Formats: sequence, C-alpha cells, structure tokens
Amino acid sequence: MLQFNCRYRYADGFSVEIGLNLENGCTALFGPSGSGKTTVLSLIAGLIIPDRGSIIIDGTAITDTELRIQIPVHQRGVGMIAQTPQLFPHMTVRKNLEFGRRARKLGFREVDHDQLIDALALGPLLDRSPATLSGGEKSRVALGRALASRPRLLLMDEPLASLDEVIKHQILDYLAEVISRWQVPTVFVTHNQAEAVRIADRVVHLAAGEIVNDNPHDSERRIG
Amino acid sequence: MNPLGKLDWTPVLLSCQVATLAATLLLPAAIAVAWWLARSKSPMRWLVETVVNLPLVLPPVVTGFLLLILFAPRGWLGSRLGAMGIVLVANWYAAVIAAAIVSFPLAVQAVKLAFRQTDRELENAAQTLGAGPWTTFARISLPLARRGVIAGWFLAFARSLGEFGATIMIAGNIAGQTQTIPLAIYSHANSGLSGYQNAWPLVIVAILLSFAALLAGHWLERRAV
Repeated sequence: MLQFNCRYRYADGFSVEIGLNLENGCTALFGPSGSGKTTVLSLIAGLIIPDRGSIIIDGTAITDTELRIQIPVHQRGVGMIAQTPQLFPHMTVRKNLEFGRRARKLGFREVDHDQLIDALALGPLLDRSPATLSGGEKSRVALGRALASRPRLLLMDEPLASLDEVIKHQILDYLAEVISRWQVPTVFVTHNQAEAVRIADRVVHLAAGEIVNDNPHDSERRIG
Repeated sequence: MNPLGKLDWTPVLLSCQVATLAATLLLPAAIAVAWWLARSKSPMRWLVETVVNLPLVLPPVVTGFLLLILFAPRGWLGSRLGAMGIVLVANWYAAVIAAAIVSFPLAVQAVKLAFRQTDRELENAAQTLGAGPWTTFARISLPLARRGVIAGWFLAFARSLGEFGATIMIAGNIAGQTQTIPLAIYSHANSGLSGYQNAWPLVIVAILLSFAALLAGHWLERRAV
C-alpha cells in the first residue's frame, strides 16, 4: 500500500533514515520523543521534503527526489490528525466536518457524511463552536473531519496525548470502530505501547531516527 | 457659543470621502503584500519591507513630489493616463492617491502581524483535508487574520484623515474640490486672526473624527472573535 524510503536531516544534525513497507490496516509507529515518528508522518503528508528518497502509495510516487516528484500536500489524498485537534476556530463543527468534502468537491454520500456523524456521535455538536467543546469532543470532530475528506491513507500523530485516561479509552474505541468500518489504512504514532498494541495490526519500533524492531502482530489482535 | 456653529462641512465631508476610499482601495494590495511579507522566505523580503515602509518616515512632501512627477500630465504615468482621458492631479482623486500611498505601510503592518500570529498548523490541517493554497488562504488564513484587516483599515482611514503634505503637492489646496480638513485649517490659520477662529471648529472635528476612528477600530477588532 505504502512504500516509504526516505532520509531527512534537520538543521541541528539529527537525521532520520527509514525504509518501511506498509500493508492495509493500522500500523503503529512507536518510540520515544525524538525517535523520528513525527518526521515520518510529515514526510508522508508532504509537509516537509526529504533530502533523498521516495514515497509510493498504491503504486504512485507522491515523493521521489530522483525523479523530482513532490505532489503538493492537498493533492496527496493523505489525511492527517495532529497532536492537538486543530479545529478551525471560526467555523462551527458542521463547517469543520464539511471542509474536506467541499475542498475535494465530493458529495455528502461519497464521504458517508451522515454515517460518520452517527458513528462518532457528533449529531448534538454540529452547531457548536470548537471553543465550547471538551478535549474528547474535539478529538472526535478531528477524526470525523479527517475521514470526511475521504483520505486514501490516514496519519495520526499522538492524537490522544492531550486526553485523560478515561476519555483516551473512549476515543480509542471510536477510532477502532471507524478504522475497521471505513477500512482506511492508518499510520498511528504514539509513545504509549499499550495504545500501540491495542489499536494496531503491526507495531514498528523507532529509536534515534531508525527502525529498531518491527513486529507484525498475530491476527487475533487485528481489529475488525 | 457653540464652537461648531461656524463649521464649514465641505472639507469634513471631503476628508471622510477621501479617507474611506483610500483605506478601502489600498486594503487588497495591503493584504497581498502583508501575506507575502509574513510568509515569504525570499532574501528580497527586507528590501520590499523597507520600500513599503518608506512613506512612514519620508517627509510626506517628498512622497507627494514623487507622485506629482509620476502623475503630472507630462509624467511617466500621467501622460499614459492622460491619453485615456484620466487626470490624477489637482482633483480629489489625487487626494485619494496621496492618502492611500502614505497610509499603506500602516495597513500592511497591521495585517502582516495578524498573518504572523495565525497558527500555521491550521493551514497545514486545511491542506491535508484537500484545500489548495488559494482555498486555504481564503477560508482559513484571511478569516483568522480578520482582526488585523479591520485594524489596518481603520489605521489607514485615520492616517488618511490627517494627510497634508503629499495631498497639497499632488492635489493642491482648492476649496470645495481638494481642500480636506488639514488643508482648510492651514488656509484659515494663514489668513490672520479671524482665520484662527474659523479654524477652531475644524480642529475640534479633526480631533473627534480621529479619536472616533481609532476607537471604532479597537471596538470592531475586539468584537471580531
């Protein structure tokens, strides 16, 4: 599904050099801060450009430094949920949810708009402003908003880091449900091993910009 | 005695008309330049910023002189505009141009600051949702910077109200046509003791208008949450 092979060096000398092949399903990138997890996501999303390497999704290169290919962020079809939900503060929840659908010129049916709202229990929140939502509600809206843009790959950068334990479990349940129901290939970054094991089919362990361990889980832990 | 009793409304209305038009016309250009200055990594940024800010520190008379050279009937731009029947000196359009050029840097600074303060992560989020650069600008960056845009408009309006030096150079001081409040006050003050008395109502109106413009700017800026 995704072939990733990139090298990226920061101005301070820290460099990330990783090769990964991802199948459909959910992959967790697990590792401590500074292990290069977020860098991998930013490279896939196109927010940063690798010094060299290539990223191929479903056989199409979205980044290739040798062939000088760098598809712009908005044309990659790669959704991303950042550490904080990044809801647009000047729009209602409804407008936030519809943003991706409108940007990609898709119909409500094409993005399963109503089903997503039901699955994430967003109905009562639709006319609220993001500022009035709790942390868990914001996370649900961010998840719904990302899925409603119909990404072919969903990236999540520690989306639960700012939530307390109870809410975290609740969101993990929602996450597991929508990922399996909509069959969106997902890369989930976390520094929490329990989270990684709970949600992912496969856990890739990163440290200091390299892969140190790559354990595909057995099928019993697979979601869905 | 009512100090505004002897007020001549002609320069007051002309000033409001010129300032409103100047602030409105310069705003799209100010937004574009502010956006580029806030986002560009070009080494030319500092040069452009300096040129944009020049009218802030140049004597307005110098700005007016340069505009006169440019727009005069035999000037580089004036001759071309003249061929199309457009005259931009010695009329109230010229006063609008003078006010717009002189207040341009104030609007750019206010909008630039707002763009610098907007969260780049929100722009990234919009792009990962499929929004191209223009949609991201129009639906995320600009609405989030709206306070700065409002502040920029009112600053430009207030500065335009006070414009004197560049205006007198390019528009002249023609009563009823290009004589804005500051020019009218200047004329009154130059015409002896009785003129001072005629100047007072305009001085009071100028203070009130400027005060009101800044206050309205602050109020709208705070309301635009």
